[in-house]
Amino acid sequence: MYSQKKCVAMLLAGGQGSRLKALTTKVAKPAVSFGAKYRIIDFTLSNCVNSDIDTVGVLTQYQPLVLNEYIGNGQPWDLDRTFGGVHILPPYQAKSGSEWYKGTANAIYQNLGFIENYDPEHVLILSGDHIYKMDYNMMLNEHIRTNADCTIAVLEVPLTEASRFGIMNTDENNRIIEFEEKPKYPKSNLASMGIYIFKKDKLFKYLKEDAEDLNSQNDFGKNIIPTMLSSGEKMIAYPFKGYWKDVGTIKSLWEANQDLIGEDPAFDIYNPFWKIHSRNVGIEPQYIAKDAILTNSLVTDGAKIYGTIINSIIGSNVIVKKGAIVKDSVIFSNTVIGENSVIEYSIIDEKVTIGKNVKIGKPKTDDVEIAVVGRGVTIGDNVVIDQGANIEEDIQNEGKEE
Amino acid sequence: MKALGIIFSNIHNETIDELTRKRTTASIPFGGRYRLIDFALSNLVNSGVDNVGILAQTNYQSLMDHLGSGKDWDLSRKNGGLIIFPPFGSYKNDTLYKSRLEALISIKGFIETQQEELVILMDCDSANIINFNDVIDKHIHKGADMTILYKHGKCEKDLQQNMNFVLNEDDRIIKIDLKSEVGKVTNSCINIVVIGRRLLQGLLEEAISQGMQSFHRDLIFNNIKSLKIYGYEHKGVYLHVNSMENYFKYNMALLDKDTRDALFGNKNQRVYTKVRDSAPTRYGFNTKVENSFIADGCEIEGTVINSILFRGVKVGRGTIVKNSILMQGTVTGDNVKLNYVITDKNVAIRSRNNLSGCEKIPYYLGKNIMV
Repeated sequence: MYSQKKCVAMLLAGGQGSRLKALTTKVAKPAVSFGAKYRIIDFTLSNCVNSDIDTVGVLTQYQPLVLNEYIGNGQPWDLDRTFGGVHILPPYQAKSGSEWYKGTANAIYQNLGFIENYDPEHVLILSGDHIYKMDYNMMLNEHIRTNADCTIAVLEVPLTEASRFGIMNTDENNRIIEFEEKPKYPKSNLASMGIYIFKKDKLFKYLKEDAEDLNSQNDFGKNIIPTMLSSGEKMIAYPFKGYWKDVGTIKSLWEANQDLIGEDPAFDIYNPFWKIHSRNVGIEPQYIAKDAILTNSLVTDGAKIYGTIINSIIGSNVIVKKGAIVKDSVIFSNTVIGENSVIEYSIIDEKVTIGKNVKIGKPKTDDVEIAVVGRGVTIGDNVVIDQGANIEEDIQNEGKEE
Repeated sequence: MKALGIIFSNIHNETIDELTRKRTTASIPFGGRYRLIDFALSNLVNSGVDNVGILAQTNYQSLMDHLGSGKDWDLSRKNGGLIIFPPFGSYKNDTLYKSRLEALISIKGFIETQQEELVILMDCDSANIINFNDVIDKHIHKGADMTILYKHGKCEKDLQQNMNFVLNEDDRIIKIDLKSEVGKVTNSCINIVVIGRRLLQGLLEEAISQGMQSFHRDLIFNNIKSLKIYGYEHKGVYLHVNSMENYFKYNMALLDKDTRDALFGNKNQRVYTKVRDSAPTRYGFNTKVENSFIADGCEIEGTVINSILFRGVKVGRGTIVKNSILMQGTVTGDNVKLNYVITDKNVAIRSRNNLSGCEKIPYYLGKNIMV
């Protein structure tokens, strides 16, 4: 086999994702379910393998158990390779002591040895919490063609929203002349997507310098990129056109799920030449019963639908019992929804058991908040859960049977 | 005691000619996302068998494609795992094997070099759930030379051609009829046999030296006195796919909760199949779906009632699919009407077509046909 890789991908998957509330109390954000049968990290891993990048280091730190088990040897993504493949990289103990990953840059810095193993010319840095399809190979070609030291993928966002992102100001050749993190008065609408390709040597140089700087927050956006820019390195923006969504909040996670359905879905997962791979085991097909009603929804293997599903995403092995109504909601896998319960504008995590006549959430309008029920929670009969609730503990029966 | 699995993939091709024109019996699509061999392989793997040989004879491309390295059944192993035996012709003898016995003789070398003490010989013309640990326990407990699985009950047409047994109170088979009579209560053989590996080796040697032809007649029927042959009643679900009528009937049986639970309800006896990473199934705005079993990757805009849809089926606007089985990749246009129709893989049905069969003779459209 080869002893060298052209490009190695490093996937940052250690963030807690606290804005996802109950969904991330027990799992890391990249392992949160998405689109009925996927987890968020599937999209980035599938992009890698579909872009012929076969060496991926996944940096984990927060609640890694579900994520570690899910990735396993990488076989579902075709990333079980004799040389390369996917590797989980947790923080480790070293002779000089042990430390947690202090920031995105520090996480990569602690794993320079992993990158060195493959002696790549370029290093691709990715986030494990975005939903999109992108050919990294085209970006890499552009990076090589322009002989850039660093290429940053950028997306045009509405100018009104630009102050939420890291904004790149570029010249006519896409060369980045200024970078502003969440500017109050943005000068352009090119937002950084958190996808970087570095020349390996430059990356190593700046990471080592950054590690020695005790005042640094060891973050790519806050430290590495501004330092490289001020040192006059050649930094190029790579404009990306297409669907891209940061699913860092409950609202955006819900919206991204909704983008899979509708008259003309904003995000297409049916392209046979850009398959989104995921770990799926032998589960029988879904069963739709006689009195079920299904409108504008996504349902996957193992689901058993006896009730009504409207504008919703239903995960594997979910059971929706007779008379139950699920509307404008996202239900993760292995959840059971009891008879005559009504779920509106909610996200229900994996392995949740919901009893009979339960009411969760309020009909969706502009000022209603999404209700969230966390992993493994049991909700007793007749319980009412208000809009915007964040349920992490079991709730017992509300007494009397009707 | 460890067992080696040997599966006959072609034995029943002639009984269901339409579906096996371009594939083996083993690779007949069944139940939305499965092939018949998935049930045989999953039963073996779930019973701890991790060394499986599959005898292929003709048109086995689809079977090879389905099985790949065997990893979807956890059979991609360094020790054992999955091995496919295509026909082995030589300059002296260029004909394909004609019988179960000849097929076994062709892999005698393989059987001799394995380590397992027992061999499970099985057909894959049915969807069933069998725990071989129980079968093997009984085989050892009885000190049997051979244990043959049978189905007790009123003989239906599909088991007419199979042997049937008379057992004594100890479950030893004391009399064998080579054919059964429809309607009589019988113990019909379902062509799954557990036998000692060395005994099988010896029987194959004998068969070669005496020019024997038939596994059932020469190795079982004629040895009923000299060998201890026991019966094992298979009590669970057994969907015998040996005719178009039965193919339709038993696919439709999956719409019944009890049958579905019997096949798929036991979490320790999962049925594995080739994983394709299909996207979830999407239901549009004006859909009506009733009592149907639907695999992933479908896009449904119309009406689906009492039907089985395989992976990647598209049902157009205003289209009504009733009492039908649509295999992988079937695409219908808008305002199509289907009733009692079976479409094979990648069939395309243009808009406004109206096709109908009946329960006994479903209308069958072959692979890749465009209507």
